[in-house]
Amino acid sequence: MNSISIILYIVGAAFDLFGCLGLLRLPDVYNRLQSATKSVTLGTCSILLGLFIQYGFSATGIKALIAIPLLFFTSTVAAHALIRGSYKAGIDLWDKTVVDHYKEQNK
Amino acid sequence: MIDILLYILMGLSFLCFLRVIMGPSVADRMVAIDIFGILVVGICVFLAIKTQRLFLIDVAIAWILISFIGTITLAKYLTRKKLDE
Amino acid sequence: MKQITLFIIMFLLWMGFSFSLEVANIIAGIFAALLTTIIFSNRFLTSWQKFYNPLRYFWLIIYIVIFVWECIKANFDVAYRVLSPKMPIKPGIVKVHSSLKTDIARVILANSITMTPGTITVDIIDSDLYIHWIYVKSDDPEYYTKKIIGRFETLLKRIFE
Repeated sequence: MNSISIILYIVGAAFDLFGCLGLLRLPDVYNRLQSATKSVTLGTCSILLGLFIQYGFSATGIKALIAIPLLFFTSTVAAHALIRGSYKAGIDLWDKTVVDHYKEQNK
Repeated sequence: MIDILLYILMGLSFLCFLRVIMGPSVADRMVAIDIFGILVVGICVFLAIKTQRLFLIDVAIAWILISFIGTITLAKYLTRKKLDE
Repeated sequence: MKQITLFIIMFLLWMGFSFSLEVANIIAGIFAALLTTIIFSNRFLTSWQKFYNPLRYFWLIIYIVIFVWECIKANFDVAYRVLSPKMPIKPGIVKVHSSLKTDIARVILANSITMTPGTITVDIIDSDLYIHWIYVKSDDPEYYTKKIIGRFETLLKRIFE
């Protein structure tokens, strides 16, 4: 156990906490996705990086290092698919939304 | 130390289930399930350190892929159908 | 040549995932990579020459450094908006015009936008990106185009085009 990986674990868990709080607090599905994708993905990437620092260039460390870009690409594509799907399914934006340029594409 | 972080992540997945129960629309529930899928990866990593069973990293990688496919399928379902709830 | 490039990439990925140098493992990896190459080589990697240009890798490393820094900033920004009691959010969907030509560059740009401060790509139609922004700072198209994609576009042009 070295101290850098401990710090990375704690930072990762804290970002996961912020992401889940955002999931509960924010008003509509689009804003929830904002907090969810960014905070939770980077928190988990930080945890995996801590695992890589702890184990170095062994089998476990390399697997953790490969999992980081994998998690990054899959979670961004999933967030994109979810937000597009919920717009197409007709879920309304929040009342205080200021602009919506996407509306004219969906007549 | 690792124990406390493990319990924190487990508590966070209960927060996700709270959103699944509360969520006013279908999309909210899907977002919560997606987040839960990412949190499980962190839980796998902490369990692997705690119990020294390092094959759990492979489980985490497989979980990333399966959760991705599940989310894409649900999003496709959202796109095709009008859901009112 | 296209097939060989894809085969090498897939085989390296297999070796990274399994990470053992047994003979049986390497043979299984060769078969798996061969199968992937046969199935996907026609719809993937349309321009393999770009893989052998070292300058592109140099720009890619710079891009990754800038991108990780933006990611960390994004996280603190979103964490601040979530934690502060008044929730200072002003969401909206804006339309941004990008000048990138190839598909892969657009995909990477959309992924990068999704991970930077308060922005998610909703859709890409030809070269227009529709972006959900958690705090719309101004209505001026030039301002927000520069604010959202200005940091990445020039670097991506050097990497992928």
